[in-house]
Amino acid sequence: MWEYTDKVNDHFRNPRNVGAVENPDGDGLAGSLACGDALRLTFKLGDDKKICEAKFQTFGCASAIASSSALTEMLIGKTVEEAEEITNKEIIEYLGDLPKQKVHCSVMGREALEAAIYNYRTGKTLDKKIDGEVICHCFGATDKEIEKITREQNLTSAEEVTDACKAGGGCGQCIPEIEEIINRVIGEEQAKEEKPKLTQLQKIKLIEETIDRQVRPILRRDGGDLELHDVDGNQVYVKFVGACVSCPVSSVTLKDVVETQLREAISDDIVVEAI
Amino acid sequence: MKSSVYVDNNATTAVAPEVTEAILPYFTEHWGNPSSMHNFGGSVKRAVDAAREKVAALIGAEHPNEIIFTSCGSESDNMAIRGAVDAMGGHPHLITTRVEHAAVLGPCHYLEDKGYRLTTLEVDEKGNLDLDVVREKSISGKKTVASIMWANNETGVIFPIPEIGSIVKEGGGIFHTDAVQIAGKLPIAVKDIPIDALSISGHKLHAPKGIGALYVRRGTKITPHIMGGHQERGRRAGTENVPYIVGLGKACELAMERMEKDADHERKLRDRLEAGIMASCKGARINGDRNNRLPNTTNISFEYVEGEAILLMLDDVGICASTGSACASGSLEPSHVLRAMDVPRSCLHGSIRFSLSRYNTDEDVDEVLEKLPVIIKRLRELSPFAND
Repeated sequence: MWEYTDKVNDHFRNPRNVGAVENPDGDGLAGSLACGDALRLTFKLGDDKKICEAKFQTFGCASAIASSSALTEMLIGKTVEEAEEITNKEIIEYLGDLPKQKVHCSVMGREALEAAIYNYRTGKTLDKKIDGEVICHCFGATDKEIEKITREQNLTSAEEVTDACKAGGGCGQCIPEIEEIINRVIGEEQAKEEKPKLTQLQKIKLIEETIDRQVRPILRRDGGDLELHDVDGNQVYVKFVGACVSCPVSSVTLKDVVETQLREAISDDIVVEAI
Repeated sequence: MKSSVYVDNNATTAVAPEVTEAILPYFTEHWGNPSSMHNFGGSVKRAVDAAREKVAALIGAEHPNEIIFTSCGSESDNMAIRGAVDAMGGHPHLITTRVEHAAVLGPCHYLEDKGYRLTTLEVDEKGNLDLDVVREKSISGKKTVASIMWANNETGVIFPIPEIGSIVKEGGGIFHTDAVQIAGKLPIAVKDIPIDALSISGHKLHAPKGIGALYVRRGTKITPHIMGGHQERGRRAGTENVPYIVGLGKACELAMERMEKDADHERKLRDRLEAGIMASCKGARINGDRNNRLPNTTNISFEYVEGEAILLMLDDVGICASTGSACASGSLEPSHVLRAMDVPRSCLHGSIRFSLSRYNTDEDVDEVLEKLPVIIKRLRELSPFAND
């Protein structure tokens, strides 16, 4: 038994905007009979270029019907450009929530919307060409589709991918391949987040700032201090002053305090030496 | 919770009032341990033995001590398969079918992962097995352990267990059958059939959940999976679940007494329900061999609509049934039983199982026949495929 929100129950039992718009400006289909759920979305634009009518026909479970119904409500009054921005997460938020195994119902809404907008712009039917290599044969999901959804929704496990787009939810044979894709995407995303490359000047400034803010206050508590002498690549030369000069553990301070702080702020390969 | 019409008896059944009545004194008065030396415990042991005799009688076992009480049907299935493989030693060849309950497929796949050879037999579009294929596949020159269900929980289709048993035994194998759905519904007599082990479950025949039994033919070796006690003659350690064992005994006794009457009653209701649905709902299809089924079960697919949606709308009007739809189960795949039968894709996601019991009435059938067509029509109006 699924725990659906009141809003899901309401949209399932009293679906809004059922049917097909006559002479629609956009007409899109997502899903298929074989997959167990499908959605046909049609919309019409008013004179103000805003969607004035949107209707759906859905074959699927309660949450598929509710997601479709919610989507039509969200579309009405929006321009095509605004409608294009609607994500599956927004459909879920609109419904309060969806059980995680039902997230793919909201993805189907987003896909039908893409197909309908494509139809509006080109007059053609979005023929879902197989883009990439089919990884999940049970649900016909390709590596590119899995990669796209992993990236867009920050997915971190094969289970989450299955919840989002069904891939891997059938026989399960493709799960190792899905995990490979996830690991690759996570790796790429992490690489992007890594510290930006600095010019030598920026680096020196950042080192000075870090010493001022993170290092000096610690040394000064014990009456010590240091001065930045030079920076050569990742080699940083400092000169201890005050109590540090005669301190027996200044070499520990150098590595544990100065180098650690600088590595954290600037780059992992910073090496600090005292002169 | 409202449940005016309960037609989901292959999932679980109401505990019979006679069963509850039989159980209660074993909570309040006779709470002794059957292993004790004193008479307080000894009287309880006699109750357990009496229950064992009733279970043996229901399935036609020659000796009551061929019955081992377990906690459920799934435990019985696991114990039979893993215990038989372990006792046989070497690397026996495992044989099962695509339409078994998960409690059989689970241990079979586990053993397959451990390196055992597993053959999974196909069924035809009516859900029947081909005996020639069974013969061909199960004679491999190796020792075999075969586990093949008697009646299917989703469709009610009955396998020819006496014939299959003979084939397996000819090859010198051990034969287990999951009889959870047939026990109590149709007469079975293990003493006349080449069966080594047979599973039953209490809550499918009006006993409570949490009690089952495994029949093991005298002479058949099955390694126990719970060790460390002399209970059940050392074949399943652990202090007996006395009240529920007494309840299972009572339920078996009731089923024996009423079997013919109940089966006729359920068959009549089922046939009327089925005919009514087929007449009132377009695009409906009965899954499984109509001439070879349990009397209480019907599995019907409704084209172009999805099962979970049907179930929820039935639930809204107080009707409890089941679906083979993927969306209702948490897995994404529709029923493995219907897929094994090559049910067309347009019908695969919209299957509903109605399963009756002795407690269903003509009014229940009327209620379903009144409400269901409206729901199907409503969901069809939502579906993009219905007009194709």
